[in-house]
Amino acid sequence: MAKQLLKGNEAFAEAAIRAGVEGFFGYPITPSTEFLEYMSKRMPELGRAFVQAESEVAAINMVYGAACTGKRTMTASSSPGISLMSEGISYIAGTEVPAVIVNVMRGGPGLGNIAPAQGDYNQMVKGGGHGDYFPIVLAPATVQEAIDNIILAFDLAEKYRSVVHVVVDGNIGQMMEPAELPPMREIPKDPPIWAVAGAKDRDPNILTSIYIDPVDEEITNIRLLKRWMEIEKNEVRFLEYKMDDAEIAVIGFGTAGRVASSSIRTAREEGIKVGLFRPLTLAPFPKLQISEISKRVKRILVVEMNSGMMLEDVKSVVQGRVPVEFYGRMGGVTPFPDEILDEIRRVASSDENVEDSERERWLERLEERILGEK
Amino acid sequence: MAIEKITDTLIYQRSESLTELHTHYCPGCTHGIAHRLIAEVLDDLDIREKTIGVAPVGCSVFAYNYFNCDFVEAAHGRAPAMATGIKRVLPKKTVFTYQGDGDLASIGMAEIMHAAARGENITVIFINNAIYGMTGGQMAPTTLPGMKTTSSPLGRDVELAGYPIKMAEILANMEGAGYIVRRSLHNPANIRKAKKAIRTAFEVQERGLGFAMVELLSTCPTNWKLNPQEAMDFVQEYMVPVFPLGDYKVRPEINE
Repeated sequence: MAKQLLKGNEAFAEAAIRAGVEGFFGYPITPSTEFLEYMSKRMPELGRAFVQAESEVAAINMVYGAACTGKRTMTASSSPGISLMSEGISYIAGTEVPAVIVNVMRGGPGLGNIAPAQGDYNQMVKGGGHGDYFPIVLAPATVQEAIDNIILAFDLAEKYRSVVHVVVDGNIGQMMEPAELPPMREIPKDPPIWAVAGAKDRDPNILTSIYIDPVDEEITNIRLLKRWMEIEKNEVRFLEYKMDDAEIAVIGFGTAGRVASSSIRTAREEGIKVGLFRPLTLAPFPKLQISEISKRVKRILVVEMNSGMMLEDVKSVVQGRVPVEFYGRMGGVTPFPDEILDEIRRVASSDENVEDSERERWLERLEERILGEK
Repeated sequence: MAIEKITDTLIYQRSESLTELHTHYCPGCTHGIAHRLIAEVLDDLDIREKTIGVAPVGCSVFAYNYFNCDFVEAAHGRAPAMATGIKRVLPKKTVFTYQGDGDLASIGMAEIMHAAARGENITVIFINNAIYGMTGGQMAPTTLPGMKTTSSPLGRDVELAGYPIKMAEILANMEGAGYIVRRSLHNPANIRKAKKAIRTAFEVQERGLGFAMVELLSTCPTNWKLNPQEAMDFVQEYMVPVFPLGDYKVRPEINE
């Protein structure tokens, strides 16, 4: 397939179509609405199911229903909508049926704004919904990656009968880039053996997340956990940029990681030995890889568009081996390459032992910068 | 001497659409009757093998243990949304929800209204017993004025808690609704009428004639603190006047 100029949200939606999604259920919310609008035209064109639900609560439950039939199904929303979906996500996970959920993150908390942010990291990676479950979380940074990740999301969701989140932000949803779409996947004729489709010539299938006897619930929890451990072993994905001889590792995902790579290019020209480690799977988290990196670099700089969420996961893996610094913007503000370049320069010549004070120090620098920006 | 062969004539047996599991419902609870009627209809219409049920949260959360067809378990109130998801991707299957008054008229109010508004081709069986059973007898949106429940211990005060919600009347106003009726399960005559209505409600789905709901006035002897017979009388004496039985919407094509 040839490369075309494609716009974020529409590209991901078409990618889902190519992946064979048969049910899309959503609700308008900026900045994910184009996804819904695109699907409202494309799905009926192909004779597939599309419903604009009355709310995100209803949408996720429609996804839940369709997921029980074994057909590929998804929704796309943004932070406040995802919060509404928390209950449904927990039910989908507890029932062990596959579903793909796209979160185009925006500034928050609460109503926040419609600008790009990464403030849902904890909500996405740590579950968001109640109970012991472990979603897979993919974090693309380019239109091509988003296309590829949506295909991957459906495959992983089915392989592991799991919830898969694809998290992007408004930048990625709105940007236009050259990218390639895959060919149309053939839709399988037969449902999976576990699916509900009418109990013809077989015993009924019951799909539920209630295990009233704690003994039975624990068996389920063990099964979910073991499945997660398999996912951790097999499905970690990440990207490394100029990491081979790096003395400083910048760790960032999505847009933050992408902006950082621009800064790193410039820093390298200045002779700073810096590289980027960009997780593509936020969950499972690339623990082994970051642990290895922490054994060979002098300092780590975590860059995020939130108050320091992946930062905690990095710190828990690094275990104090090297100083972990932080730079973040919040509220829907996207950092510019020069900001991160300043940080890289500062970190490169720093000998300070930060020891858990990296946030205070960052806030001081941030407030100075904000004053300067005024 | 010829030995006369004794022949048994089968006049009644458990529906194929029911499992053999003994239900856990209370003595005098009409869930058992409602389940049986649905199962008989699935058998009569020969649709068991293409039926998918959506169970609610409530006393009937384990309904899927009693029905012999594919079933899914919804979150509280979300059954109509789940049913929508299933029916939209499997339009040729028969999809029904089975919901109580908390599930349908309280937390699930948005979902039922919009499923009816969209004219989803599903069948909804609404068990209205004017109280929350499973959680121990709290007030429901359908609780009668003055009725004592564990969360309206002095009796439902309409000044503070409003009036009972009449779902059949409300949903009948939706253009997407094809068949909205209210029946009762408190005596054999009404049970027979209820079965006919349930059968029609499933036929409406088969024929694609819109959203179908049968509201069934039901008992909750345990939480009403009445014995089974008293509970049946309560339905006749107190519930029927507030929730009149009848046909609230019947699309003309249904009777053609």
